[in-house]
Amino acid sequence: MFRRLDTPAEAGARVVRITIDDVATDCREGDSVAAALFAAGLPACRDTAVSGAARGPFCMMGVCYDCLVGIDGHANQQACMTRVREGMTVRRQLGAREVGA
Amino acid sequence: MSAGLPATTCELLVIGAGPAGLAAATRAAGLGLDTVLIDEQPAPGGQIYRAIGSTPVRDRAILGADYWHGLGLLEPFQRSGVRHVAGATVWAVNRREDDGFEVAYSIATPGQDARAGLLHCRHVILATGAQERPFPIPGWTLPGVITAGAAQILLKTSAVVPSGTTVLAGGGPLLYLLAWQYLNAGVPIHAILETTPAGQWRRALPFVWGFLRSPYLGKGLKLLRAVRARVPIVTGVSALEALGDARGQLARLRYRAGGRTEELALDQLLLHQGVVPNTNLSRALGLEHVWSERQDCWEPVVDAWGASSVAQVTIAGDGAGIAGAIAAEHRGRVAAVHAAVALGRLDGPARDREAATHRAALARAVRGREFFETLYRAPDAFRRPVGDTIVCRCEEATAEQVRQAARMGCQGPNQMKAFLRCGMGPCQGRFCGLTVTELIADEQGRHPRDVGAYRVRFPIKPVTLGEIASLPQTEASRAAVVRFRK
Repeated sequence: MFRRLDTPAEAGARVVRITIDDVATDCREGDSVAAALFAAGLPACRDTAVSGAARGPFCMMGVCYDCLVGIDGHANQQACMTRVREGMTVRRQLGAREVGA
Repeated sequence: MSAGLPATTCELLVIGAGPAGLAAATRAAGLGLDTVLIDEQPAPGGQIYRAIGSTPVRDRAILGADYWHGLGLLEPFQRSGVRHVAGATVWAVNRREDDGFEVAYSIATPGQDARAGLLHCRHVILATGAQERPFPIPGWTLPGVITAGAAQILLKTSAVVPSGTTVLAGGGPLLYLLAWQYLNAGVPIHAILETTPAGQWRRALPFVWGFLRSPYLGKGLKLLRAVRARVPIVTGVSALEALGDARGQLARLRYRAGGRTEELALDQLLLHQGVVPNTNLSRALGLEHVWSERQDCWEPVVDAWGASSVAQVTIAGDGAGIAGAIAAEHRGRVAAVHAAVALGRLDGPARDREAATHRAALARAVRGREFFETLYRAPDAFRRPVGDTIVCRCEEATAEQVRQAARMGCQGPNQMKAFLRCGMGPCQGRFCGLTVTELIADEQGRHPRDVGAYRVRFPIKPVTLGEIASLPQTEASRAAVVRFRK
């Protein structure tokens, strides 16, 4: 598990509220979605398209593509390259992206 | 479908906003070049100075002086007049018929289709930096296992740190730097597992003279002492394996050390065995590359100015071969004066006078690197895995599958794609390319240099058809697809 050194509110940062699989989650403005997932205790964010194994962010710099999630209805989004935004909806991605999703 | 982004034109395009890119762009603008800096991240700094202008870790003692050195690059850049295109992923660079390049990039906005844009430039400096060297051990794909670099990015960008039992494993300066930063932040570390083989000190010894005169010595030893005083270090670790629980997440770690097999329960495993140049863009551009014997990786061929094998393409920083952040900024300035000559803004003698200063600083910055490059060379067993260990994370191809195909006569990495699909997932070979080359070399008794690398083509990052369709249309692009019309 990961944790924050201090809560966004304690640090005087603006708090951004998103939902992760419908659970409201407070983040720090400037967090990537991947950082928000780790801070929420969720190191796994998807099941692979090949074997269905659990995976999560690995490189945090846009290289490995292991952090793909659904963001605001768009599948295959890199959680580490997307910054949180008020009201954003994040969903775990199960398998491959579906056409039209 | 979204509309595309407005087209941009410049004399010099710098790709990547780490130390090399920031220094190159700032210097180029200082020489009067119309310069654009394009970068994937929302703010400049690259990975080493990630979030330098916005990190929530305000206590400077935590990340340390070497990190905050990055402010000295950021501030002049912000005053330089360079146009910064942030949050933009370059996915194609094509030579134009008349002169220079056409560059395609995308900018994503959450909840919308990404939009693509075109940029025209006469000269390009690639400052695409480094990525973590692949560390293929059993279980390295389990959630709970991340790279040390990734953990450091979590700290720099969001002040997010591990809790519970945390183990760092591998070798190289970054592993100890991260441990030191965690200790500064009050984050406990259960152990550091060093994979450096015992005999490696002897191999590094011939290079010790340079190290003794290097800026690394004092800082490095101080940092090592601080970490060793507070974290148990296990040396000579081999056969490292991450084991999962019923949910498929990291639960236990097994390794051999001191002739015994050890096992422990843990919450996080942070892996690191050095960094390697990010070569996807330089490969796709068709630049010549060589295999580095000392660093077991590919690097583009460049001359003392950073000029590549292709005209009007210069490379600066770790993307041209790993030499570290301080070297990267000096290499960036050298590349900038070279580009200024190529673009007719500076004459040869003026370039040489200025370059002498940057080169002297560069020589100081790289002094002593041979020593710890040799000392921390990633061990064969951790570069050339066996058995069920996943090699290609995207397509889940294993070491034994790759080895078996190589034994059957698979001719090289490109044919391996046809057999196993390795290198054909979304990461486009970034996390398996080196391993596949080395495994084929291992099985066939060949040198990696002769085995070669994946052929990389544009687009070098996955894009949707919608993004491509959002590109601005020109008369030429329309003519290309309506040729059958009478």
